[in-house]
Amino acid sequence: MEAGSKVVRWAKSRKGQQAIICILFMAIPLLLLFVFTYLPFGEMVRFSFYDMKYATPREKWKFVGLKNYIDVFTRDDCFNALKLSLYYVVGALIQLALALYLATILSFKVRGENFFKGLMFFPYLISGIAIGFIFKFFYTRGFVFDTVLQWLGFELDNLPYWLRDQSINNWSLVATSVWRYFGQNMVLFIGAIMSVDAELYEAAQLDGANKWQQFKHIILPGIKTIVTLNVILSITGSLSAFEQPFVITDGANGTGTYFVIMHEIAHVSQKIGLASAMAVVLLLIIFACTILQKLFFKYLFRDAESEEESYAAKRARQKSEKKAARSKKGVA
Amino acid sequence: MDATVHKRRKHYTAGAVVWIIVEYASLIFFGLCAVLPIVSCVITAFKTEEEYQTTNVMTLPENWLNFDNFVKAFQTANMGRAFLNSFIVVACVLLVSILIGTQLAFILNRFQFPGNGLIRNLFLFASLLPGVAMQVTVYKIMTTLGLVNSLYGYIIMMCGTDVISIYIFIQYMENIPNSLDESAIIDGASYWTIYWKIMLPLLKPAIVTSCILKGVGVYNEYYAAQLYLMDKKLFTVARSLYMFVGPMGSKYNLICAGVLISLLPALIVFILCQKQIYSGIAAGAVKG
Repeated sequence: MEAGSKVVRWAKSRKGQQAIICILFMAIPLLLLFVFTYLPFGEMVRFSFYDMKYATPREKWKFVGLKNYIDVFTRDDCFNALKLSLYYVVGALIQLALALYLATILSFKVRGENFFKGLMFFPYLISGIAIGFIFKFFYTRGFVFDTVLQWLGFELDNLPYWLRDQSINNWSLVATSVWRYFGQNMVLFIGAIMSVDAELYEAAQLDGANKWQQFKHIILPGIKTIVTLNVILSITGSLSAFEQPFVITDGANGTGTYFVIMHEIAHVSQKIGLASAMAVVLLLIIFACTILQKLFFKYLFRDAESEEESYAAKRARQKSEKKAARSKKGVA
Repeated sequence: MDATVHKRRKHYTAGAVVWIIVEYASLIFFGLCAVLPIVSCVITAFKTEEEYQTTNVMTLPENWLNFDNFVKAFQTANMGRAFLNSFIVVACVLLVSILIGTQLAFILNRFQFPGNGLIRNLFLFASLLPGVAMQVTVYKIMTTLGLVNSLYGYIIMMCGTDVISIYIFIQYMENIPNSLDESAIIDGASYWTIYWKIMLPLLKPAIVTSCILKGVGVYNEYYAAQLYLMDKKLFTVARSLYMFVGPMGSKYNLICAGVLISLLPALIVFILCQKQIYSGIAAGAVKG
């Protein structure tokens, strides 16, 4: 009885209420996080040492040690697939350059700004499977792409089979990936450019700076961080390229990227151990990239602090002003 | 407006004029590149079977009001049912993930309890794991839990695998002053009341943004849908398009119609909520 009333009193106190609401509010998200992220993650590491299928009962799993990992690096399909990511890295860099170029144009005063922005952004909102159909159609012999090229004076006989010809088909797929994502990158960069102090442009214009000088000395330094971040993200993204080859060619004719091969090994051949080992290897590569990115950023910021102190100070001041203005709005 | 432009043009140097031409040429060229694949789909979707067989794909259809392909595609892929399923999935996932996302963000932002930093890091780390790789073992867990081939199982998984919007909420909450909570506490409000009556309404812009982006994402999800939804009655819109693979694989007039139907909701959302979508993308970028 005594203990009971103590608990009740505790539950009614501020501290008790805080603890209760904390537990209540984090129970479900943490449970979901555990079941769908950390449990599978642990299982993945464990499975990677076994030879098994989805339906194999526990007692029939065969422990094979590091064999799966050795396979990842010695099997032709796995390792070649990793090399395919290089196509996607190149594509991602082109995509970022293009996005930056168009974002710069759109952030100067142009007519129809919103129209062009919307046009180029919309592909980002289309589902992977729809994109698959659209581009299968687009690249089919004698269809959309070939027709347009014929308008431009190319002979159909000189054109390759865009999805079948092994010398070109990976570039075709990379192009669809650029098509799908460059608008999203562009919107992101426009957002970053807009957060650069508008006074700086006006001052530069008064000083007679041309567009290129404005880009080089005002825009680029202002969005350096976000550009670098995206360059690094695009490398990890390229390693995990999946949807375009999966829905357009299904990995046929040498277009199977690492994840396409992994999907096949896991869900078609049902070699869960090998697929898990593949996943673990890729995760390790991604972690390595992420750690390098963190180190790189530390280096970058140390650099930036010494060089652009006045600029950084200005931004910080602005930011705090904006924050204050926003919170005021929040209260009202 | 025109007059002022005209006045200013007098001062343009040759370099500036060249630049303006390059600007608009680039915009038009890349704009065309972006719409060409979709436009070609639109053209083909309005063609009759005979027209499709005999004319070039880029030849315009004779009758722009020929909706036969749309009707047929809608029926073939059973899209009525698919739209209903997609609606259920999107609505449930948004409801649950917005609730648990804002709740978690609330306690992480407002209370300093042991493990606060750890939980943030756990979520941050989770965002590094690529979804396709995780599905190798998530599939096994889903099978064990008996969640495969059921709409609610799929919904639970979709709620569980993407919790990134928490960062948008936390960021947004940092701008809501603590004094609001304190004065509410003095008035005798419980923490639940603070969350429900103060935080949630103030978070509305962030919630709208994350609903739109997440909603489009869930609506478009295809890989997980084809792994976990095998029964035709459970197909979502993205999954239902898969019906066109195989025997119908070359009837592009039908397929294009199906594709266009499937992207209609995204197009409508895009036209209505452009601003929120753009700001959501900018906000999501800051988390890294």
